[in-house]
Amino acid sequence: MRANPADYQMVAPTTLQAVVSLLANEPGAWLPIAGGTDLMVQYAAGKLSARRLVSIWNLPELRGIEVLPHEIRIGAGCTYTDLREHDVLKREFSLLASAARWTGGIANQNRGTLGGNIVNASPAADSSPALLVYDAELILISVRGERRLPYGDFHTDYKKTKLAPDELIRAVCLPRRFSEYLSYTRKVGARNAQAISKVCIAALGRLAGGVIEDVRIALGSVAPVPLRLAETEQVVKGKPIEPLLLELAKNATAAEIRPIDDIRSTARYRTAMAGNLVAEFLETLAAGEPKT
Amino acid sequence: MSRPAGNHGPCELSLIVNGEPKTLRVYPMERLLDTLRYQLGLTGAKEGCGEGECGSCSVLVNGELVNSCLIPVLQARDADIVTIEGLAAGTRLNDLQEAFLQLGGAQCGICTPGMILAASHLLRKKPNPTMEDIREGLSGNLCRCTGYIQIFEAVAEAARRRATT
Repeated sequence: MRANPADYQMVAPTTLQAVVSLLANEPGAWLPIAGGTDLMVQYAAGKLSARRLVSIWNLPELRGIEVLPHEIRIGAGCTYTDLREHDVLKREFSLLASAARWTGGIANQNRGTLGGNIVNASPAADSSPALLVYDAELILISVRGERRLPYGDFHTDYKKTKLAPDELIRAVCLPRRFSEYLSYTRKVGARNAQAISKVCIAALGRLAGGVIEDVRIALGSVAPVPLRLAETEQVVKGKPIEPLLLELAKNATAAEIRPIDDIRSTARYRTAMAGNLVAEFLETLAAGEPKT
Repeated sequence: MSRPAGNHGPCELSLIVNGEPKTLRVYPMERLLDTLRYQLGLTGAKEGCGEGECGSCSVLVNGELVNSCLIPVLQARDADIVTIEGLAAGTRLNDLQEAFLQLGGAQCGICTPGMILAASHLLRKKPNPTMEDIREGLSGNLCRCTGYIQIFEAVAEAARRRATT
């Protein structure tokens, strides 16, 4: 049943302060909407239960990318186009720039926002694995002030997050300490463009003296939340990359993920693919040729 | 600072469509696609999937390619919108429209307005696109007739003509 616009209210304050005041006055009553690439799909299908929306699209306070000496601060309202075209992000955070490049088509990249992708909290979100391996932190804002939260703690369960009803994500911060790492990312879907991932991976690694000195691996679409493979990382750290290690890594990955059967894939396929992607990352690390 | 659109019922809203200022009464959550088609009679933008996957409702908003089915019209307040109807100058077709005609880039026509606007957006950002750029630039626009090859060739041909004139 198609939605009737007469059943919905929408406001478009022109400042961030006005938005957080509205959220504070009636907590939970207003649903923020940015580029609409997720919410308008639900709306058109008559499945959007919220009836009062507050537009945060193009609020200037949420749109910039700030390059600081120790971190990059990305406004939550930045679009995928903003991300994929930013020189410092392309150079130092290529995993995120790549995820932005292959999320949806150009029209959706011009509207979809990083903050929206995070709050929508899909375990299949393409930007999430990159944010996990880069140790991203979120700046959350409300009338009570701002707080910083590690992105790795943000998702608590399927579609559940630590965002309070009166809060918005203001910015996503990436520490600038991974430029010496080799980057590897890949999305496996039915089609390169537009398709939602069956499995996606982002990983960083560094070799020293023939062994893996440090490694950071995260996967999407293999658990109720985007998942950092903490145990698999421990299994491979400090070891040389050889065929036996690839097998150990695949087994550790299979033990750590919790994939399901759904419309896009099966748990069995996802388990096999997740292990293969982790193994391919390690082979890429051994060869020293990044893949982004 | 809230703009007066919070009450139930329609609100007044101004925007520019194909160069002409318009003031309309709309429900804020009405889809831009519906405003264009039903209030303004601009039926070039089509509803295909209605969920941002097919690109047949593509228009340019402030120069950016967007799916108009995913935009609440309130978010287009004061925006400069170009639809396929705004590309030709009177009866003189735009160069992309000419190239699509000449190279067989249009068949049933449902995807064509979106394809041409996506191509127009691409050529503004990348005047000399590679075939890969063209494929990526049009990847959000689905065609079920042509098999895409003639469409890609039409875009490449339009780019070549712009470079040599």
